[in-house]
Amino acid sequence: MSNNIETAKFRPEICVDENLVYRKPSTLLPEPFHYCPGCGHSTVHKIFMEVVEEMGIENDIIGVAPVGCSVFAYHYMGVDMQQAAHGRACAVATGIKRVQPDKYVFSYQGDGDLAAIGTGETIHAANRGENILVIFINNGIYGMTSGQMAPTTLEGMVSTTSPHGRDVKTQGYPLKMSELIAPLPGVAYVTRQSVHKPANVRKAKKALRQALEYQKQGLGFCLVEIVSNCPSNWRMTPAQANQYIDEKMLAFYKLGDIKVPEVK
Amino acid sequence: MAKALGEIIIDIEKCKGCALCIDACPEEVLSLTNKINKKGYQYIVTVNSNCTGCANCAIICPDAVITVYRKIEKSA
Amino acid sequence: MGEIKLMKGNEALAEAMIRAGCDAYFGYPITPQSEVLEYLSKDATQRTGMVVLQAESEVAAINMIYGAAGCGRRVMTTSSSPGISLMQEGLSYIASAELPCVLANVVRGGPGLGTIQPSQADYFQSVKGGGHGDYRLIVLAPSSVQEMVDFVRLSFDLAEKYRNPVMILTDGAIGQMMEKVELFDQMPRKTEFPDWATTGKPKDKERRYITSLHIQPEKMEEINKHLQAKYKQIEKDEVRYEAFNLDDAEYVLTGYGLGARICRKAMDILREKGYKVGLVRPITLFPFPKKVYEEVANRVKGILDVEMNAGQMVEDVKLSVCGKTRVEYYGRMGGMIPSPEEIVENFEKLFIKGEA
Ligand SMILES: Cc1ncc(C[n+]2csc(CCOP(=O)(O)OP(=O)(O)O)c2C)c(N)n1
Ligand code: SF4
Ligand code: SF4
Ligand code: SF4
Ligand SMILES: [Mg+2]
Repeated sequence: MSNNIETAKFRPEICVDENLVYRKPSTLLPEPFHYCPGCGHSTVHKIFMEVVEEMGIENDIIGVAPVGCSVFAYHYMGVDMQQAAHGRACAVATGIKRVQPDKYVFSYQGDGDLAAIGTGETIHAANRGENILVIFINNGIYGMTSGQMAPTTLEGMVSTTSPHGRDVKTQGYPLKMSELIAPLPGVAYVTRQSVHKPANVRKAKKALRQALEYQKQGLGFCLVEIVSNCPSNWRMTPAQANQYIDEKMLAFYKLGDIKVPEVK
Repeated sequence: MAKALGEIIIDIEKCKGCALCIDACPEEVLSLTNKINKKGYQYIVTVNSNCTGCANCAIICPDAVITVYRKIEKSA
Repeated sequence: MGEIKLMKGNEALAEAMIRAGCDAYFGYPITPQSEVLEYLSKDATQRTGMVVLQAESEVAAINMIYGAAGCGRRVMTTSSSPGISLMQEGLSYIASAELPCVLANVVRGGPGLGTIQPSQADYFQSVKGGGHGDYRLIVLAPSSVQEMVDFVRLSFDLAEKYRNPVMILTDGAIGQMMEKVELFDQMPRKTEFPDWATTGKPKDKERRYITSLHIQPEKMEEINKHLQAKYKQIEKDEVRYEAFNLDDAEYVLTGYGLGARICRKAMDILREKGYKVGLVRPITLFPFPKKVYEEVANRVKGILDVEMNAGQMVEDVKLSVCGKTRVEYYGRMGGMIPSPEEIVENFEKLFIKGEA
């Protein structure tokens, strides 16, 4: 760590343990994220590792990384992980959870991974009520492969395979996976969050924690969708991208709980 | 009145200069320098001592660059 | 002596899976192997606590296998040809990540949806890789219901010894036939798991991860070299085959699995007719028993390879004999089974009359 104060006067007397408000979670490995500047993947990795640290469960959780920009999630999350084939994270997570029902299990998946090639695995894991957490990063695009249209791409949104804007008549409609999955009886909790503003980051973190608490209670499948950005492929600055989330993405993908377990 | 005195430590080598923390700071404490770090990114610095330790910058920061401290000073 | 029972091939395989202390089975129905999942669904979980799950597809099943194998568990899946085709991407990942697991392919006639009748047309797919990339499965070919039992236990041992997927390559006929078998006693399920298994980060050690992704080509080449060295070792140490009447043989019949059973009858008929015929039955198709062919090639007049396909193993036989003797093929395809008489007739046509 380096002090870098250049124009303001640094006050080291404030920087003592008892005054600590925020530091990087110990569960995040030292490796710097390979993600583009401002990418929501980093933010979600960070807050999820905060949850794992706060719950003290780093020795009792196994994660599944997808194929997508977050394929290397295991380089950053300091917990046991497996890297799954494109779209199959929910099946891999099922395999892990079934042989280790006493461990926390999560998958971390992009929208191409979860809502296109892996739709079947996702819906069936949900329908079986697999007691796992699925973290679903909806950035409306195929990030890793440089910006092709995803099932979640908004109507009219430009991508490399919808250069004139997504034409729903020929290219289909944006898919609301959370709403599709919520009605299934095996599903305990579905919520849509975002990480584009500090208040949203705080709420998203709470939702992730809530989902793991539900998993502990054995309530079933939990899906935390996070509407995220892809500044690089949206061809925007991170600030513009987050504004696009606020104005466009959230107008279609409404934030909030879609399904919560009934209180007993 | 209690006053919150904040201070932050920036891990400049990890900063990617995305500038999201600048917008998130209610006290306008942060700015990008013209210098670049080893990764080639312009990084963030504090430009005044108005920090209250609200942690907004650290929370929005994707790369976990910022550590935040806050001291409550009770004044008569 | 273990318990003796009259059992159907697929059921015997399922029973052996339970007794071998298998931790989890994930599978999807397809004829002619659905009895495996049906048999396990009866009471396997009650008996040993093993997981039995009907997946939504073979794609899901093989990836469930990946997940559970990555936790160091004994896991197995079974399918038949079209289903095995669907599993190939997952198998390639499993081979690359070096996860031990066992699969059985109860082969049916193809290509396409084909027929549910027995076939050996998936030989190339099984022994040459099948999915993308340079990898190998260890492939065992049972030719009796007894071997369906014995090879399950052997497969788990080999899978764990080499951290490699093992394929039991059988066919619809052996899967469906009833034979007397001797079963081994129930083995306990594992309670300790290897260091690499993702069972939750150990307290004072680094977290583990299972992956097949190595972006740097230098690293990926290293992984490939490591895999190839492992396959070499397997080729050195794990060759299994059975040979009959090689001592005085002037000709050799060869085939695997059901094909070998039929060849044995054909050999007996040919011997009665006065031809000095031997038989080589590869048990491991990878590693292929090259040496025995190489050895007989120096002293026989010809080898007749019999398969229930268009001639696949015959290529490996030819590679093994290196042109030192004549190698001919006879087979039936698309679910048809050659009769011993057909084999005799073709043997005589190819080697005896042709010779005259
Ligand atoms: C079977 C298969 N098909 C295609 C690909 C190529 N591929 C890699 S990532 C990806 C899309 C990822 O998009 P998404 O899931 O939205 O993740 P993001 O990068 O946006 O986070 C595709 C199509 C692959 N790796 N495997
Ligand atoms: S391409 Fe998009 S999703 Fe991928 S790291 Fe960059 S900004 Fe993030
Ligand atoms: S802690 Fe709050 S006030 Fe201080 S720099 Fe960060 S955002 Fe600004
Ligand atoms: S949000 Fe983080 S990475 Fe982005 S400029 Fe601020 S400190 Fe740097
Ligand atoms: Mg995406």
